[in-house]
Amino acid sequence: MTEHLPVLQVAIPMMAALVSALIPRGRVAWGWAVATCWIGLGISMLILGQVLAGGTISYELGGWAAPWGIEYRIDHVNAFVLLIVSGIGAVVAPFARLSLEREIEPSHLPRFYAAFLLCLSGLLGITVTGDVFNLFVFLEVSSLTSYTMVAMGQDRRALTAAYRYLIMGSIGATFIVIGVGLLYAMTGTLNMADLAERIPEVASTRTVPVAFGFLTVGISLKLALFPLHLWLPNAYTYSPSAATAFLAATATKVAVYVLLRFFFTVFGASFSFDVMQLDYVLLPLGLVAIFSMSMVAIFQENVKRMLAYSSLAQIGYMVLGISFASVTGLTAGILHLFNHAVIKCALFLAVGSVFYRIGSVRISAMAGVGRQMPWTMGAFVLGGFSLIGVPLTVGFISKWYLILAAIERGWWPVAGLILITSLMAVVYIWRVVESAYFQPAPGGRESAREAPLALLLPTWALIIANLYFGIDASLTTGVAIEAARALLGVGS
Amino acid sequence: MSRNVILRIATKVLCPNIFLFALYVQFHGDYGPGGGFQAGVIMAAGFVLYALVYGLERTQGVFPPLWGHVSMASGAFLYAGVGVVTLLLGGNFLDYNALAVDHHDGQHWGIFTVELGVLLTVFGAMISIFYAFAGRRGLD
Repeated sequence: MTEHLPVLQVAIPMMAALVSALIPRGRVAWGWAVATCWIGLGISMLILGQVLAGGTISYELGGWAAPWGIEYRIDHVNAFVLLIVSGIGAVVAPFARLSLEREIEPSHLPRFYAAFLLCLSGLLGITVTGDVFNLFVFLEVSSLTSYTMVAMGQDRRALTAAYRYLIMGSIGATFIVIGVGLLYAMTGTLNMADLAERIPEVASTRTVPVAFGFLTVGISLKLALFPLHLWLPNAYTYSPSAATAFLAATATKVAVYVLLRFFFTVFGASFSFDVMQLDYVLLPLGLVAIFSMSMVAIFQENVKRMLAYSSLAQIGYMVLGISFASVTGLTAGILHLFNHAVIKCALFLAVGSVFYRIGSVRISAMAGVGRQMPWTMGAFVLGGFSLIGVPLTVGFISKWYLILAAIERGWWPVAGLILITSLMAVVYIWRVVESAYFQPAPGGRESAREAPLALLLPTWALIIANLYFGIDASLTTGVAIEAARALLGVGS
Repeated sequence: MSRNVILRIATKVLCPNIFLFALYVQFHGDYGPGGGFQAGVIMAAGFVLYALVYGLERTQGVFPPLWGHVSMASGAFLYAGVGVVTLLLGGNFLDYNALAVDHHDGQHWGIFTVELGVLLTVFGAMISIFYAFAGRRGLD
């Protein structure tokens, strides 16, 4: 069965989601979702093992040969992203039960898990496929289900947030499908590898640059690159904690992967960066995103919203890494994909645990929780260190490579800016720490206790991953360097 | 609507024919234009017509909202299930050739079953969307 792993990775969560939608009890649906996510994690580990051992895997769906049928094609880049997505799924699912029982209506629970599993399957599908139209279909699967998850938030503003996300996401998807359509019109193929061969012949036409433009804007909407980010803060703030943690750690990361795939595999680095001069677009936007979003994050009162703006800044770091278009830069971008997923998911889970106990995520309401919930806030502080980029955490590793890449190019001001924005992260994390540890708990909440173990364990699992991959980064950097080389077409 | 005899009788005459036409579109889809998607919409249109004339309550008595959800999920499950069966029979996912000794037969059975799944899902989705808009409250 091992040769069928690529399709099972997608098909198992998809079929499990259909069953989950019909399970009447929330707890049973939860157990089902957890089991599915763990199987998914196992499959993605096996796939990564196969790729590391034997190189690219290709799977022909329906037995139709590659340029005509849909091909699933896994190399170092998507094997790594698969591991990120399914790993985050496997951590968030166990967390979800208690958190969701508090945050959404009990009758909605089975359908939430169905949406969750479908979203997981969609994200894995985007990652695994080697066909651009199939990618669009999975993009819609994951997007529609994430709108559903956001809309299930308790706050009534969740509905408008989900609606805005729906409109912006649909515009992004439309742009992507227009780009794909134009490419199909010019080349007559939808297979990525085949497109990569045929695009150079027609690259001098006007259609291909237009397709490139549509795809760039569409994908940038999906990954919430400044200034196309306006849907993200509210969607993350008002959706249920488990959904926020999952989406923040996976949805935008997969969009970054799609960006990498189109720019480097389909169009090729020389077309994207020499002909279209993408670095002149990505570099300033990335820098503005990092700087302005970190600045906005400092002034937020709601911790979830603060972390959402911080996510936007972190997306800026990834895009910055990509804009260098060098092996070191891409390595930094891909590393940060993994590292930020681990950091931000841990932080959102910690905040979700706080919400579970005190029912609010406002900084002022979190006064004194540092002493009442030492383990939860300990996780938050360690996650915050990682976000800032303190040595021995994963955040340090990605910033290190990012600065190396900037220095390699001789862009000293960029390196300086990376350091300055890290200090801005200190400011916004400190605001939470100050409130949680140095202010007395307000009256009426003296009895708040530590979060239950079912919430602490997933949070700490990610914090330990933060520290482990910060100390021994050989696996993550090894894969990221391989992936960067594969994308740039440089032999290893 | 209790006094609109013509509407009521016309609906009673039309509904079975709409369902029959839906099944025709479904099964003729193998050889000509048609298929599960169109058939599912036509089938759901029959129920929508019935609901418009006889009211939502009676329609939901005939076809409860929960069935719509079951139909949606089981249709997609049938589709993916064909893929799993082809895997177990030694082919790739959704490789219909694995379904029968003769490849033509295999392709025929594969597309037939998959289209049935599409019918169930589209029909269930259309009915559920209609119920959600027409009724004040959904399933819960």
